Amino acid sequence: MEYIKLIGILIIVLGFALKLDVLATVLVAGIVTGLVSGLDFVHILEIIGSSFVNNRLMSIFLIMFPVIAIIERYGMKERAAYLIGKIKNASAGKVLSIWIVIRSIASALNIRIGGHVQFIRPLILPMTSAAAEKSKGSALTEKEEEKVKGLSAATENYGNFFAQNCFPASASVVLIQSGLALAGYEVSLSDIASSAIYVMVISIVLTILQVLLFDRKVKGGKKK
Amino acid sequence: MTDFLSIYFPEFFYVLCGLVCFDTAFRARKNAQAKTGTILFWTLTGLIFMLGKVLPPVMVGAMLVIMGCLTAAKQVRMGKFTESTQESRQAASERIGTRIFVPAVTVGVIALALSFVKYNVEKDGVITATALNGAIMTGVACVVALVLAFIICKPKVSETREDTSRLLMQVGAACLLPQLLGALGSVFSEAGVGEVISGMISSVVPKGNTVIGVVIYVLGMVVFTMIMGNAFAAFTVITAGIGVPFVIMQGGNPAIIGALGMTAGYCGTLMTPMAANFNIVPCAVLETKDSKWAVIRAQLPMALTMIVVHIILMLVLGF
Repeated sequence: MEYIKLIGILIIVLGFALKLDVLATVLVAGIVTGLVSGLDFVHILEIIGSSFVNNRLMSIFLIMFPVIAIIERYGMKERAAYLIGKIKNASAGKVLSIWIVIRSIASALNIRIGGHVQFIRPLILPMTSAAAEKSKGSALTEKEEEKVKGLSAATENYGNFFAQNCFPASASVVLIQSGLALAGYEVSLSDIASSAIYVMVISIVLTILQVLLFDRKVKGGKKK
Repeated sequence: MTDFLSIYFPEFFYVLCGLVCFDTAFRARKNAQAKTGTILFWTLTGLIFMLGKVLPPVMVGAMLVIMGCLTAAKQVRMGKFTESTQESRQAASERIGTRIFVPAVTVGVIALALSFVKYNVEKDGVITATALNGAIMTGVACVVALVLAFIICKPKVSETREDTSRLLMQVGAACLLPQLLGALGSVFSEAGVGEVISGMISSVVPKGNTVIGVVIYVLGMVVFTMIMGNAFAAFTVITAGIGVPFVIMQGGNPAIIGALGMTAGYCGTLMTPMAANFNIVPCAVLETKDSKWAVIRAQLPMALTMIVVHIILMLVLGF
């Protein structure tokens, strides 16, 4: 009964679908998977604990919160809206198009510009939503506001994911190389990185398409 | 010196993260609802950040179980805060002007500059240039930005502490999810979940047809990444189990197939709540109404299109 090991996946899917508490769901999934696979409880806690501590870097963004607290209270969003308001023909799609190009190139050169906490909340989102309001000519509806947030977060992910493999020494390219080497295929890092350029270019084009389509929707929304 | 840079200095910034959590725990004493649970939750979070390297792993695991029980019992709540008014922010913005961007831009500039810094590590007599730990890059950048923010805005400390606690409580338990899912991935790989899945797929797929091979490899990467929440974990398992026998051994170019296989996995990352740091934490950080699916919903059309793009690219460029 090898398939019983997949029970953790089932727990996760059910837990997320039924909107149960996520922290508890993940813990239960981990503990149950470990138990049915014959690991003892203490060892499971050990795996979870040490992996959690080793992944602390994922949550280092907490350290940025005091900075965001200050700049938001002292009018960051208001200033971004004011500056965008001075640009003629500004729109959400144009702001995000410029962002995806910068973000992708930075990612391809392994330059650390980006992050939802570091860049999207304090800089990109205020500019994008101000630009969307400007192009619409009135305040955004709740639904449009939600879409602006979703798209701003999404462009950050697109730029990060689809461009990072263009940098030969990035962690993912090294992993691709070692994965292929394990299977007996020796490939150079730069061969892998140069194969990644197609995906980066196509993803930038598709992103611009997606955000410009959103522009049309917002502008269409005001006629109603 | 190298020990300091690679081991001790990063811990300093995790201690600062821990302090942010402690301050939130301290603020939670004013909570009307679930006071004890909320204080306990943020105290434990702070302790794990601060003493993570010192505490025995089994104890951290046990603390996480307690925290999971607290959130499951809805004993971790957000307190009541008075937010700054639109008028006061407008007035501040007119007074401070464009200088308000300095701290945010500083974070980027410093992190960028530090990413070029390399230091020599000697291991077994071999000296290699190593990049700084990510915690140092982000940590130094944020501390400098915080100092600048204080100089430019001259905020009251009490006000900043209030706002910081509000931000952290708003993000809430979601901020721990990426780390916890990483831990789940470790349990999965220790239990051998990957082998079961790749065995399942390869037993039903016929060998020898390149188109079917490519489609199954791309979809395998997508689905397995969605399950694990991590394309790296998926890549090793799926490439060995499906990519090599069904695509590369049929005459595919390994470099191209490998590169495309990885980004095919990223299409899965765009669609799964398991990749919490990319899809769920941003919902909390940007305060979307839909706290789980707002980002994934925006990414869905892109992810599906890119899956098709990957299949086509792999067939056209890879053979």
